[in-house]
Amino acid sequence: MRKMLSYMQAKHWRLFGISVVLMFLQVFLDLKLPDYMSGITEMVQTGTATTGALLRDGSFMLLCALGTTATAIAGNFCSSKMSASFSQNLRSRIFHKVQTFSKEEIDRFSTASLITRSTNDVVQIQNFVSRGLRMIVRAPLLVGLALYKMSMRYWQWTAATAVTVVMVAAVIVILIKFAHPRFRRMQKLTDEVNRSMRENMTGMRVIRAYNAEQYQMDNFETANTNLMENEQKARNIMRLMPSTNQFATNALTVVIYCIGAYLIAASGSYTLGLAVFTDMVVFSTYASKMLMGISSLEMVFNMLPRAATSAERINEILATEPGIMSGTKTGEEGGAGSVSEPGTVEFRHVSFRYPEASENALSDISFTAKSGETIGIIGSTASGKTSLVSLIPRLYEATEGEVLVDGINVREYDCEALRSRLSYVTQTAVLFTGTVASNVGYGRKTVGKTAGQSKTRTDEQKLWSAVDISQAREFVDRMEGKLQAPVMRGGSNVSGGQKQRLSIARGVYREPEIFIFDDAFSALDYKTDRALREALRKNAGTATSIIVASRIATIRDADRILVLDEGHIVGEGTHEELLRDCKVYQEIAYTQLTEEELKIG
Amino acid sequence: MAKESYQLGQVTMRSSGGPRGRAMEKPHDFKKAWRQILHYAKPYRIQIIAVLTLAVGAVLFSLFGPNQLKNITNMIVDGLNGASMNLPKILRISIVAVALYLMSAAMMYFQNYLTTMTATRINHDLRRDISGKINHIPLSRLDQSSFGDLLSRVTNDIDTIGESLSHSAVQMIRGLVTFLFATVAMLLTNVPLALVALASSMLGFLFMKIIITKSQKYFVLRQRYLGEMNGHIEEMYAGHTIVKSYNGEQDSLERFEELNEKLYVNNYMSQFLSGMMMPFMEFVGNLGYLMVCVVGAIMTSHDLISFGTIIAFIIYVKIFTQPLGMVSQAVTALQSAAAAAERVFAFLEEKEMEDESDKQQDFRAERGEVVFDHVNFGYTPDRTIIHDFSFTAHSGMKVAIVGPTGAGKTTMVNLLMRFYELHSGEIRIDGTNITDLSRANVRKLFAMVLQDTWLFEGTIRDNIAYGSHNVTDEEIHEACRRVGLHRYIRSLKDGYDTVINDAFSLSAGQRQLMTIARAMVSKKPLLILDEATSSVDTRTEQLVQDAMEELTKGRTSFTIAHRLSTIRNADVILVMKDGDIVEQGTHRDLLAKNGFYAELWNSQFVNAVSI
Repeated sequence: MRKMLSYMQAKHWRLFGISVVLMFLQVFLDLKLPDYMSGITEMVQTGTATTGALLRDGSFMLLCALGTTATAIAGNFCSSKMSASFSQNLRSRIFHKVQTFSKEEIDRFSTASLITRSTNDVVQIQNFVSRGLRMIVRAPLLVGLALYKMSMRYWQWTAATAVTVVMVAAVIVILIKFAHPRFRRMQKLTDEVNRSMRENMTGMRVIRAYNAEQYQMDNFETANTNLMENEQKARNIMRLMPSTNQFATNALTVVIYCIGAYLIAASGSYTLGLAVFTDMVVFSTYASKMLMGISSLEMVFNMLPRAATSAERINEILATEPGIMSGTKTGEEGGAGSVSEPGTVEFRHVSFRYPEASENALSDISFTAKSGETIGIIGSTASGKTSLVSLIPRLYEATEGEVLVDGINVREYDCEALRSRLSYVTQTAVLFTGTVASNVGYGRKTVGKTAGQSKTRTDEQKLWSAVDISQAREFVDRMEGKLQAPVMRGGSNVSGGQKQRLSIARGVYREPEIFIFDDAFSALDYKTDRALREALRKNAGTATSIIVASRIATIRDADRILVLDEGHIVGEGTHEELLRDCKVYQEIAYTQLTEEELKIG
Repeated sequence: MAKESYQLGQVTMRSSGGPRGRAMEKPHDFKKAWRQILHYAKPYRIQIIAVLTLAVGAVLFSLFGPNQLKNITNMIVDGLNGASMNLPKILRISIVAVALYLMSAAMMYFQNYLTTMTATRINHDLRRDISGKINHIPLSRLDQSSFGDLLSRVTNDIDTIGESLSHSAVQMIRGLVTFLFATVAMLLTNVPLALVALASSMLGFLFMKIIITKSQKYFVLRQRYLGEMNGHIEEMYAGHTIVKSYNGEQDSLERFEELNEKLYVNNYMSQFLSGMMMPFMEFVGNLGYLMVCVVGAIMTSHDLISFGTIIAFIIYVKIFTQPLGMVSQAVTALQSAAAAAERVFAFLEEKEMEDESDKQQDFRAERGEVVFDHVNFGYTPDRTIIHDFSFTAHSGMKVAIVGPTGAGKTTMVNLLMRFYELHSGEIRIDGTNITDLSRANVRKLFAMVLQDTWLFEGTIRDNIAYGSHNVTDEEIHEACRRVGLHRYIRSLKDGYDTVINDAFSLSAGQRQLMTIARAMVSKKPLLILDEATSSVDTRTEQLVQDAMEELTKGRTSFTIAHRLSTIRNADVILVMKDGDIVEQGTHRDLLAKNGFYAELWNSQFVNAVSI
């Protein structure tokens, strides 16, 4: 939490400072009110109270009350502005930070967790800053000022008040100590309920197929009951607070009057007694205002643990340094900085290991893809295909060895310049809210020559051409608005295969030097797959293609095929060569092709 | 590896700030929603009556306090004016007053305690019923709803209801009771002074009302931008790889900052306006205080009332102005609770599948013959996708279903398992129409391996024995041996007791093998394999294929496949296109026919020819 405060900027502190000053004024005026009461009491008791004098005092009181309200509103304005601006700032910091993360950091936090941290956790902090911070400042101010005013009266009252305040504070501390572990546990149990629920929903078909409804219900019920019982315990502890507070406030008033009676009896003279009496009336007001200030802290203590957890989670993001820092080369500086061989990808003895993994995902990978070549990569699940290609756009950093694009080490590239040369099409298609056009034409391209045919076409032509090549025209044509047809969040209004084709179109539109298709064709049926690849070959010009596939048919016409097995290259060559020499390739081929087919090959 | 298992539902929004931080949602039918909530409270009516009694008691006891204080004050004033101070009596009254306050506090606690117990129970019941409800709703409905939305009902909406039951509802009751009794107490003590206090409080209440109405707009806007902002963040994080690879960071940041700015403005306006409540509340309190002081003093100086009455009234005003704030806050909270309740109950009232307790429950398919007889079906009534489909799968037959994406292959599974109901025609198993059997009975006949490899959080053993009774460890081990998982599982520290969860997960291929093992131990006469080998790597696939081969022996099986190579040795291949069976026969027959199947088949290899 303290760390969080360090993100406050000068303007936030300024606003906070102003609101503290206003708060001071407000508390001061608030406590001034009872002083008039003391005057009125004296007038009434001495019989000097004329209606005019009373009304004069009354209007002063009204001014005080109005002043209190005005300062409170102004203070509220400052703190609202401060907290809103602070949360805006914080949200922005987080978002910027996450944008710099590489896949490694994203994996470490998990996407879902990052989202919660950037949204929900920020709201928690904002709530705390806007309300909690004010109360934290206000309560001691109120107590201090009230104590100062009271200290001028009789010590018996001060002592009684002090004892009460200490007792209430102690009760609050004790309750929090008991309740907080339970509240923390509650969050965990809530997650558990959510998990169980999600499991029921994602497994709907299997659950019904196995008639396991009751089993799932029982599981859910356990989590559900655990949550309930824990919540009951946690809440019932905290519920002691308001009762304690109310009792303390009320009892203290009675005690003050009782003590007052003894003091008056002991004073002996009328004037002295009267002074004690007026003091007593005022003092009891101070005391109850003070206790109210303390009880407002209760709310702070309720918010604090949640805010602290949120702060911790946000700090984790902000304290994480992205593992991949952008280099400086754009490849267009000329001289030594310029690209020597556009459209080439070279791996030099590259090894890669996921953080905290015990074994390499890739070991000693070396190969070169020359300009215009098509390289196929095949291998079983978890053989390292995806890991291999994600090193090229530097989504991950190679653990050993060098990855070179256009003859320059990817580490030395300015990330934007590097990625401008590439089109990376992922296995799971991702679309963003917008239109077909905004999705196909997505992204920026700062450097790199285009390997495609022309630069003279209009953007619309380019978009249509990309849609054509990716075999998406058939359904884009049918969509209302065509290229301007809306795409809903996450592409929920198009089917899986259509999503995949649009994401391929996005890659094509970019006219890159190098295409990377990470199993991007597997969601397509054979016919579409074939037509798409043919269209690509005709239109991609001099672009280099690196195609990861699980189907042999997808890559059998590649110039070269790399066969991966447990992170090693175990075969390299054309389809025919591999079919002859590579055992792993043969095994893959046998399961996918007929004997006749193998013979033709 | 790439964790794309991101779901909207994982983002749970727990707002802790109570009703004030939230947008005020307006329910469509406030009364109906609360009637439904109260229906859930019915089993706890004894507790609720106790809560109400305790609330009234707590308020009453606390109202006796000022009266005692008045007596003390009057005795002190008497003492001051020459009469001897009756100290023992003052002490006695003080003790009585403290005791009354203690009683009041104790009652308040027990009332709160009971409320918590009841509210959390009602929450629990609601969650249980929603979870149970899922099992009774047809898949046709569930397939259309998003998980995220449902999850948010379970967490946020039920939370909101719980919060308002345990806080606002009680606050409301307490507030009203206090309001009522304080008014009565004041009127009994002194009518003119009571009217003064009432009038000044009402004035404040009016102000509050104005602010609430004014701030509404900003709350709505704030909630909207917060939603948009969260949506943008979700999208950008989930698509991080694409954003990075295509240099989309700049665009993403620009959109973010734009939304962030809008959010900021509405954030601080709504916060500012809602923050005005507190000062106004205090003003109302102060106004009442000073009016009582001044008017009371004037009346005292005219000997109309005793000074003790002023003291009593100062406290009455304090008690009296509190519920005003409470009630107005509670009203807002009750409204958003009603809106939440509407969503929850909309789901709970969702139409259920028809009751089938009168249908046959223990039908056993001895032969395993499956007949499709003029089957018509569509996911929506207006669009039929399976047209007049007839086919007989004889006992022990291996049936393969192939066709391009969207041809209706998975639909066949949905119909066989009665996840969806036919429009017309019938499906018969060993001569019995499956609609004459209970759904549970139909599913008892099929073992199923689906495309999505669903495992639940639990041990490997429980996952494999899932849904089957009396499965021995030996059978589980045997099944795992046959799918080639046994050695791997044994190599784990806890072996078959290893819990599959976030911390320990299996690869896609291993998950698939698990579900195949699950199908193996379930010993059902019929088998459905939907793209069962698509996420198993090609080498493991051979192993799986062998295991499958064995699994399909003596069982009638339906295999749905993208990869044509996996179904070459099926007894019958059904080739589907646009919901119709366009061809059927063995692999060789179909190739010889040189029709649609041959076209599909050859498209796999056309490149080989072109080289």
